[in-house]
This record gives sequence, C-alpha cells and structure tokens, in this order.
Amino acid sequence: MSAVTGTPETSHTTLAPTPRGGPLGSVHDSLVVAKRNLLRMMRIPEVIIFGLFQPIMFVVLFSYVFGGSVNVGGSFSASDYRNFLMAGIFAQTVTFATAGAGAGIADDMHKGLIDRFRSLPMSRGAVLTGRTLADLVQTALTVVVLAVVGVLVGWRIHHGVPKMFAAFGLLLLLGYAFSWIGALIGLTVRTPEAATSGGLIWLFPVTFVSNAFVSPERMTPWLRHVAEWNPFSATVQACRSLFGNPGVVRSTAWPMEHPVWASLAWSVVIVVVFRTLAVRKYRSATA
Amino acid sequence: MAGAIYAEGLVKTFGDVRALGGVDLDVPEGTVLGMLGPNGAGKTTAVRVLTTLLRPDSGKAVVAGIDVLKHPNEVRRHIGLSGQFAAVDEYLTGRENLQMVAQLYQIGAKQAKARADELLERFNLTDAANRVSKTYSGGMRRRLDLAAALVVSPPVMFMDEPTTGLDPRNRQQLWEVIQELVSGGTTLLLTTQYLEEADHLAHDICVIDHGLVIARGTSDELKAQTGGERIEVVAHDPGRIEDSVAVLARHGKGGREGISVERHTRMITVPVSGGAKLLAEVIRDLDAEGIEIDDIGLRRPTLDDVFISLTGHAAEEPVAGSGDDEEDQDGGNADGASRSGSGSGDDPQAASSKESVK
Repeated sequence: MSAVTGTPETSHTTLAPTPRGGPLGSVHDSLVVAKRNLLRMMRIPEVIIFGLFQPIMFVVLFSYVFGGSVNVGGSFSASDYRNFLMAGIFAQTVTFATAGAGAGIADDMHKGLIDRFRSLPMSRGAVLTGRTLADLVQTALTVVVLAVVGVLVGWRIHHGVPKMFAAFGLLLLLGYAFSWIGALIGLTVRTPEAATSGGLIWLFPVTFVSNAFVSPERMTPWLRHVAEWNPFSATVQACRSLFGNPGVVRSTAWPMEHPVWASLAWSVVIVVVFRTLAVRKYRSATA
Repeated sequence: MAGAIYAEGLVKTFGDVRALGGVDLDVPEGTVLGMLGPNGAGKTTAVRVLTTLLRPDSGKAVVAGIDVLKHPNEVRRHIGLSGQFAAVDEYLTGRENLQMVAQLYQIGAKQAKARADELLERFNLTDAANRVSKTYSGGMRRRLDLAAALVVSPPVMFMDEPTTGLDPRNRQQLWEVIQELVSGGTTLLLTTQYLEEADHLAHDICVIDHGLVIARGTSDELKAQTGGERIEVVAHDPGRIEDSVAVLARHGKGGREGISVERHTRMITVPVSGGAKLLAEVIRDLDAEGIEIDDIGLRRPTLDDVFISLTGHAAEEPVAGSGDDEEDQDGGNADGASRSGSGSGDDPQAASSKESVK
C-alpha cells in the first residue's frame, strides 16, 4: 500500500469519472483494451508458439513436398517454388489472425467480460478495436519469424528493403482486416471453440482458390475469375511483385494488374464493412 | 422524487418467452432491494435492462436520476455491476484487472493504480494482487469482481446473484462486504435465489416469478402475509401423539382443527401466538403429562415459506425445461444455474418438507 492517499470519501469525489468522449476517448479505451489483450497473450505463450509453428510447418512442408513438382513460370526448380511460395504463406499466416480474434472475443462473451465492458462508460468500439490491435502485434511478430525461416530455406527479395516493408504493410493490413471478420464471428457464435473452427474453416477456400500456392492460369475459367478477384490474391500478387519473386500472374483482371491498389482497397473495404457490422453487433451483444 | 432506481412497466420478450411482463420498481436512495425469484424468473433480464445492457420492448427506467434508455452512457458513469459470474480477466493479475477497469472509467493511469491498491486492500486481496486471477479461489474472484464494480464508488450498485456458487464461509464474507457498502449510503439492487440472503441484506424485497413482481414489502411484511408463528413438536413415542395433540390444543390458535400431524416423523404443528413464553408453558404441560419429546421449537415463517405460498413452488426447484428460461439466452448463464443448484442442494428438500407440515 504505497500510493494511497486520502480516505475513501475523498477518493469518491476525486475519482468521479470525467467524460471523455469523441475520437480521443475512443483511442484511449482501445489502447487500454489492447494492452490487456497483449498481457494475456504474453501469459498464454502456447498460443503464440502454435501460431508460429503452423506457418513454419507450411513453409517446410510445401517447399520440400511440392517444391520441384510445381511449374512456376515455366520453371520446375524447387528454389523457384520456394520463392514463389513465401508470399502465399505470408498472406495465409496473417489471415489466421481471424481465428484468434474470434476465439478471444467469444471467450470474453462467454466469461461475462463483454457485459462488464458494456456496463462501463467506455467507447463502444474499443473492446473490438483493442482486440484487433493486439492481434496485429501478434501478426507482426509472426511475419518477422516467418521471414527469417523463409530466408533460411532460400527465399530472397530483389527489389530492396523499402518495397519489402511496403509488402509487409499490405500483409499486416490484410491481417487486420481479417481480424475484424473474426471479431464479428466471435460475437455471433456462442462458444470460443465454435469461433476457432468458424474462424478457420472458410479461410481454406479463400486461401486455396487463389494464386497463393498454384497459378490460377490453369484453373477452370470461373474458378480463375474467383481466384483473380479474391482479395487474398491481390495481396499475394502485390507481395510477389514488391519482393521481386516469381509467379506474378499475367492477367487482364484489374486486381492482378494493379495488385497494390487492389490489396489496399480490399483491406480498407473489409475493415469498414466488418468493423461497422461488428460494432453494431457488440452494442446489442450477449443476449 | 423517484428513487435511485426506478422502473415502470418494463416488458421484454425473447421470441415466445416473456421474460419481463411489466415490472415496476422503486428503490429509495441508500436502501437495498432484494429481488427474489427462481431461475428464469426474469431477475437477470431486469438487471440487464437497468444496467443498459439490454433494451426493453417497452417501459421506462431511471437510474441515479438519469433515463436509462435515453442516456445509457451517462447511466454507466454512475453504476457498478457485479454479474452472475466473476467477470474478471483470468490471465490478468488482480491489480491489472482493477487498473484496467479504472482506466476504462476514464481515470488517469496514476490514480487508477492508487485506486486499485486501495480496493485490493479493502477486499483483502493485497497478498494476491500480483497473481493472475486464474489462480484465485471462487470467493477471491467474486471479491475481485465486486471490487471492479466499485472502482468509481458508484452511487447505485447492481449485483446479480452475487453469492451463487460460493461456499458458506465465502458467502458470509461477501455479505459483510455488501453490508459495509450499504452502510456507506450506496443504493443496491440485489438479485438472489437465496431467501436467507434477501432476508439478511435487503430492506425491501420484491418476489418475482415468470417476469412479474408477485409480492413486495419488507421481510416482516412478507412473512406476516404467510401467517404467524407456530410450535413444532416431535413426540418420542408414536403412541403418545394423541395425548400431545390434546395438550397442544389448549395452547394453540383455532383449537384442535388448527393442528396438523405428520405420523411418520411424529411431528405435530400448532399455530400459536405468544412466542417464547408460550413455548415454555407448552414444555411444562407436556412434561406434566409425562410425554417425552425428541424436539420442540417455535418456528417463525421464513422467506422460504413466503415464497412457496406465493408461487406454489420452492425457490430453488430445478428449472423444468431450459428452453423456456430466458436466462439460458447465453450459455454461461445456464452454467450458473446448475452451479447454484449444486451449491445449495439441501435447500429445496428443506422447503418441501416444510410444505408437507402445513
């Protein structure tokens, strides 16, 4: 008991909460919640470790199992495939943030924490924003580790460090956007378990019907269109061109011709749409 | 002037289930209202409406002088809520939990820390302040939850079944905390399934069942409604029951007709007025007749009796179908209901045996 001053009576008067509305209050509240989620993550390191293990396993599996048997821009070299693969693995990894956000928020609902937050005079979006920001930090950490593993298996960049950071920026934005989808799932389903599987299952078609692991050029036309307009593909394509990696899709589809803009636009649209839906859901949540 | 908590005609339906069928409440400032009812009666729904978590279909609610439906965020500055579950982050330490809540009440970081320390001290959690709350016992978690609800010393508090699932010792401790709080002038609405708890803590009690307030008044008023005191005698020898009845008929109200006998337990119940003095007379008379007794006592009606006479069922009888229970709306609540059932397994039994006496 060091810093306590005054009697409970005086603290009653001095601690009356001061209204702090508007965007500033919203940022403050979001950061408080983000800090809480980061503390949580540090205390459940298993989650981060498994989160790292999975993409590393994918890099190793894909590069040694598929490497050498997939045609990348006319080459069957395993090294070309690994360089092709990394953008796909990066993008797939950041989208896994969806499941984390969803499970975390469903867990908060389940444990009654969302009720507590909703009974506090805090910004309505802060609980979700705080969670997605914390997930963003975790995603960034994962991307760094993945990049190191990539370099170890022979992945290289060819267009300089600034463009690499630009690509990482797009990846993190995509991950952030997808965590808002997760937030909505978390608020909708009843249990954390359902949020985890519900957050992951639809990611498989999204990540596989894309340019991430194979070129869409040889898919049936309708599937190719889906793949080329898939928001996920835009980010993968943007990363490949920014990294200078092989396998950039030659197509007249707008997102494939302007992948950086397409990736940005998709992510922003996803954030706006799903943030709006999730915050609305939060307001009436839990019942 | 309306009380610190005021509600008029609150209605809330979930699908076909009417959770609140027009509830009126008026809790004067600085008093405790005990809202008593079984699972699914609508207690939680009422608390959720009053704490801005749920919008009613119709009705009016004013808390701390502020309209709940028009200015929910303003209301949130003046209330503390302690729900059915200890809503604390189990991976945060006790101190971190309280600091977080304080900061979300827009209290500066430094003050938040001081306030957290103060509350930890008050709730006897200082030693556990730096441990994650996952390691806390159920009682400690409840205390932490209550501390979180008290961060800004709100003038109006809501506690939804605060002692559900706690063992008797922890329940007693929490009662003491609540009494201290109320003596400081806080207005409190407390829901409970434990009749004893309402009796112990509340100034006024409202009994709620199927979304309607079916009775209200002080504990004494409600007990008076159910009927007066009675003497219960357990005769040692089944053969002397008739003799005992004859003795008791001289003292009881309504003579022989008022007396009920339960043969297999050898218990005789007689309505009386006269209290302890009369009890002593009865004992003397039975002794004079040479009737040996195993047990004798003066019984005043408990809130259990009140509850049974009002609703026709005991307060804690298991909920028949979970589907028609509004408190099952989220999975967690159902969980709490089963916990409370096991936490007080002897109560329903006690209630039903009392019923058979009547």
